[in-house]
Amino acid sequence: MKIALFIHEWIVGLIPAEITGLTQMVLIALTYLTLFAVLGLYLVLLERRVAAWFQLRIGPNRVGYQGLLQTMADALKLLTKELTGTVKADKFLYNLAPYFVIITSLMALGIFPFTKNLQAYDLNIGLFFLIAISSIGVIGILLGGWSSNNKYSLIGAMRSGVQTISYELSIGLSLLTMVLLTGSLQLSEIVEVQKNGWLIVQGHIPAIIAFMIYMIAGTAETNRAPFDMVEAESELGAGFHTEYSGMKFAYFFLAEFINMFIIAAIATTVFFGGWLSPFGITESIPWLGVFWFLLKTFVLVFLMMWFRWTFPRLRVDQLLTLEWKYLLPINLANIVIMALIVWLGLTLQF
Amino acid sequence: MSYFSNIYDGVKTLLTGMKVTGNYFLHSKKGAITQKYPENRDTLQMFERFRGEVVMPHDEQNEHSCTGCQKCEIACPNGSIEIIWDRVIDEKTGKKKKIIDKHIYHFGMCTQCGLCIDACPNDAIKWAQNFENSVYDRTQLTRVLNKPGSKVRAGVED
Ligand code: SF4
Ligand code: SF4
Repeated sequence: MKIALFIHEWIVGLIPAEITGLTQMVLIALTYLTLFAVLGLYLVLLERRVAAWFQLRIGPNRVGYQGLLQTMADALKLLTKELTGTVKADKFLYNLAPYFVIITSLMALGIFPFTKNLQAYDLNIGLFFLIAISSIGVIGILLGGWSSNNKYSLIGAMRSGVQTISYELSIGLSLLTMVLLTGSLQLSEIVEVQKNGWLIVQGHIPAIIAFMIYMIAGTAETNRAPFDMVEAESELGAGFHTEYSGMKFAYFFLAEFINMFIIAAIATTVFFGGWLSPFGITESIPWLGVFWFLLKTFVLVFLMMWFRWTFPRLRVDQLLTLEWKYLLPINLANIVIMALIVWLGLTLQF
Repeated sequence: MSYFSNIYDGVKTLLTGMKVTGNYFLHSKKGAITQKYPENRDTLQMFERFRGEVVMPHDEQNEHSCTGCQKCEIACPNGSIEIIWDRVIDEKTGKKKKIIDKHIYHFGMCTQCGLCIDACPNDAIKWAQNFENSVYDRTQLTRVLNKPGSKVRAGVED
């Protein structure tokens, strides 16, 4: 990390050497927290505007220019709200649950290579870490539903558990398909491999199938429509977060939007070359990598929003049929095809 | 084989759906149906079928067509309508006849279901289009629909 190195030198000049390491960590954490908050807020706004355009409406455009301050106002409102809860709730778990959800999102965000040099921590088992960490979020949801001592919440949490755990499988397997192609789990290395063509091109047919499965399972994983049975506010009594109010509710809400970004970011890194520009057109200007990374990610985020405002919600049996009867067998066959293609050297490279 | 044709159909129909919404997305600037409300207050036109509040139209002679039959009062599921009625002697026929003293409408309780309007045999009440109804005191939402000194239009009861 060159930027970190620069900051490092600057800090060493300022304060005693013993605490620089700690200060740096705190600074990086603060940067990421800020990024996290801003990202969450503006994804909500983006969602609302995009939804409006899909439905031929105008959407929020009052607070600030084009409604840019709208979600700030919403956040302020949520902050000032009373934190209520049920009397017989398991207070400790009840308060703990939102942090489970939000911290896992934050941890996942920490390992993305936004550019060659802008990455908080380059884990050598990056992809594995992402798959592992994303399954911890569901524990937060289950805890929240169970500790609320409310039947709606409990049933909502069960629905969520069923859904998240089922689709976790498809996510893992579709990413595994791509790992076959790269031969590495380290995110920076996965991006490096794609200098000879994005993986979706290198792996052609099985890669495209894997991408489609990944997007479907990713949408389900983030509990977004058409898979939003987990917490349908009016139809199913809100689900696992029925008893949460104010900022605690906002944690769940924000985490959902950040997760959408994370799912899109993983897809960008694994399928579309991460921060690499198309055909290497801006390879001489490395900091533009952030631009390409965000551009690709937001195109995929938009795709997920498009899904949301187009497709009707699935029933629980349809949801499980889709996963266990269609996605999983296709996925397994797809891995075999990918293995064959890699083995026979049929990948496309430039 | 229906397994594979299911997948094909599924993907095809999903793409058709996305084409439709994608088309909306691209044309949203021109086709937006939202009204920019407080700015266009003067020119705002509500739709004909919009349900604001129940009113009783009166004509120039201060006459309405409510006979006091109380069908609306019975139809209302939450008792938003109260009719205070009276019996008077009809001058022409000399018979007793029911007229309304006050047709009271509790707007604060009304759910805008429209059952009263459907129930009225004389079309004496109908929907008004206003919607800016917030007040500080809810007694202001209790309205007497018949105007002072009004009477039943001739010929309505026959
Ligand atoms: S609209 Fe429905 S609720 Fe309102 S007064 Fe008429 S019957 Fe009652
Ligand atoms: S408003 Fe209609 S239904 Fe109600 S009392 Fe008058 S005539 Fe009868």
